[in-house]
Amino acid sequence: MSSVAWLIPALPAASAVVIVALGRKMPVGGAEIGILSLATAFVLSLVLAVEVFGANVAATTSGVGEAFLHTARVELAPIGAGDSLFAGIRIDGLTVMMFLLVTFVSLMVHVYSLGYLHGDERFTWYYAVLSFFSAAMLLLVVSDNLMLLLVGWELVGVSSFLLIGFWWELKANSDAAIKAFLTTKLGDVGLVVGVVALWGQFGTFDIAAITAMVGDGVQAGGAPLDTGLLSFALIAFVLGVVGKSAQFPLHTWLPDAMAGPTPVSALIHAATMVTAGVFLVARLYPLYSAAPAAQATLAVIGAITLLMAGLLALVQEDIKKVLAYSTVSQLGYMVAALAFSYTAGIFHLFTHGFFKALLFLGAGSIIHAAHSNNLRDMGGLAKVMPTTFATFLVGTLALMAVPPLAGFWSKDEILVEAAAAGGYTGSLVLVVGALGGALTVLYMTRVLYLTFAGSFRGEGHPHESPRSMTGPLVALAVPAALIGLVNLPVEAFQPYAFSAWTMFSLEYWQTHPIAFEPAIAAVAVGLALAGFLAGWALYRALPLGDDDPARRLGPVSTVLAEKYYLDRLWTDLVTRTIVRDTAAPAAVTLNDEVIDRAVAGAGRATVATGRRVYDDVDQRGIDGVLHGLATSTWWSGARLRLSQSGNVQLYAGAMLTGVVVLAIVFAVGEVS
Amino acid sequence: MAAVYPLIFAALLFSVGVYGLLSRRHAVLVLMSIELMLAAVTVNLVTFWAIAGDALLTGQVFALFVMAIGAAEIGVGLAIIMLIYRNRASVNIDDADLMKY
Repeated sequence: MSSVAWLIPALPAASAVVIVALGRKMPVGGAEIGILSLATAFVLSLVLAVEVFGANVAATTSGVGEAFLHTARVELAPIGAGDSLFAGIRIDGLTVMMFLLVTFVSLMVHVYSLGYLHGDERFTWYYAVLSFFSAAMLLLVVSDNLMLLLVGWELVGVSSFLLIGFWWELKANSDAAIKAFLTTKLGDVGLVVGVVALWGQFGTFDIAAITAMVGDGVQAGGAPLDTGLLSFALIAFVLGVVGKSAQFPLHTWLPDAMAGPTPVSALIHAATMVTAGVFLVARLYPLYSAAPAAQATLAVIGAITLLMAGLLALVQEDIKKVLAYSTVSQLGYMVAALAFSYTAGIFHLFTHGFFKALLFLGAGSIIHAAHSNNLRDMGGLAKVMPTTFATFLVGTLALMAVPPLAGFWSKDEILVEAAAAGGYTGSLVLVVGALGGALTVLYMTRVLYLTFAGSFRGEGHPHESPRSMTGPLVALAVPAALIGLVNLPVEAFQPYAFSAWTMFSLEYWQTHPIAFEPAIAAVAVGLALAGFLAGWALYRALPLGDDDPARRLGPVSTVLAEKYYLDRLWTDLVTRTIVRDTAAPAAVTLNDEVIDRAVAGAGRATVATGRRVYDDVDQRGIDGVLHGLATSTWWSGARLRLSQSGNVQLYAGAMLTGVVVLAIVFAVGEVS
Repeated sequence: MAAVYPLIFAALLFSVGVYGLLSRRHAVLVLMSIELMLAAVTVNLVTFWAIAGDALLTGQVFALFVMAIGAAEIGVGLAIIMLIYRNRASVNIDDADLMKY
């Protein structure tokens, strides 16, 4: 089965091409092709998962063998230094886990968009880009070398740009798309630097080869491993992760990316794009565990991000922005977790993918009904939209980490691992993570209350969304509720659990067991309960609107509403003051006064020299010689041809004269 | 030195031919003068062969070759003269200056 695994990214890619070519003529505008290809890819992923996870479980239960790994590659072009560019696939537990998540969420988004984008004038194009986006993400996760991974990474960036700016007629939307693209590109600079640095150190792009060399403690040429150089490359990668996975301080693009259609937000924020950075760290986890400096960087960035974004989510009035900041916060958990534990990080990625997709699609359904993104225009929707309410509640509880829903197990695992790791970074992540959990509950309580409780404050009469939208909600609610159980922290179950499915080596799995700490779980649940009670009490006791309690914290809420002035930092200080008011005018002056003049002067001198050369050398000199030659040839020819009289006897006489002359010459020569 | 007589004869014959070639205006006479020069050459070939005494009869064979080629040349030359006469109603060699510049 793993030999045809390349079909999984290839199918959505082919579907994107087919939709562009034929979509307009299809009865549902090409959507059926996208849905069909994603459904096939999902089924293939399931079959592949049975094989790969089965092989891993066999290894963990018997204690012998190694984690499943299948690679295959074709050479594209030699690049010198004995290396080549390859297009290769790598199938292991991590790849298959991402396959499952991406294909499932993408399939749900494809189906859901049928209703959400019904009647849009670029419906066919939307489905083409959606398929292309899925294909790019699948390429990213399946690639076995850093070059191909970089290609997938950039393709994800391009297609997300297209989707965020899908309704580009509004300037704000196209601005958001450009902002997302440029911000992530800033991070990608770090990624490219990291890839090149790793190539310089190990002489190959192949992930398996690099991992093996790090495991043996060597680098290219068999020299001992230089941990400092490795840390440099990995911290450069962290910059890429910060951009793509919206970590502090480059997270500002993600809330703006809400300009895209809501199903796109679900896809970008749940399964793809933002998880790419987390995936990258997980993929290179053996390298990170050899570089403590890079791990500490991850922990600190993750901790800052999760707390900061959680606070920001409290004051947002746009339901999608609350969810966006919540995503940033959860990504902070994942990044921080990967500083301590491979399994904890990707497990949270996995569970979060399901319940965050559910929440976004639920929010889309709410927006569809209320015709507004603003929480002030909602309220009382629980009665009119029972399905949406029930599924949204499941997603919210999972995000709040209420046992036994998905988020509880994964978030608890992160806290346990952080506590076990100890030290400055471990304590930081433990404390901040527990606080962040309470914050999560607080802002989600606020959303629940403002959306579903009380009476409707918007205009018109909201109604339940069509089946193509509620269907995916129900389908996502099931894993959002139950998926956490696949990694139950029970010793007897662990050889069959998620940690075994996705392990990258048997040794790691054996030495890093998944534990459960009742004390930590109790504190986390207690904090969550406190957050819930506080939130409910606040929003019950106080009126809404401008008196929103989250807005009555004086200077604190001003800082939060201004998003810590980070947007100001980027747009006002960096872009406007530094770039536009200082650097740009200076550059303009330099350009106009110095460079332009130098260039113009050089140009004028060149023109003058050229004219002189043309007039004197070319026209007079060279042309003169040629004209002279031609004229003299013509003149002498005119004279010489007179001798051709046509008189045969004259010719005969000339011949005779010649013979006589020659005879005399020879006779004289003979004599002397 | 009996061989000197045929050589002197051949030289005289060649001179007559040269004179005729350069002075006559009638094309047929010019052609005949060329034949005289060829005849003089033939006499020379035979004479020198007789002096050298070659067993392979080279001189005589060459004399026969020259006669055969001379006959062929007369054939072509007369045909040209006939055509020129038909076109221009003249066999004066001064009129036949088509190859002029």
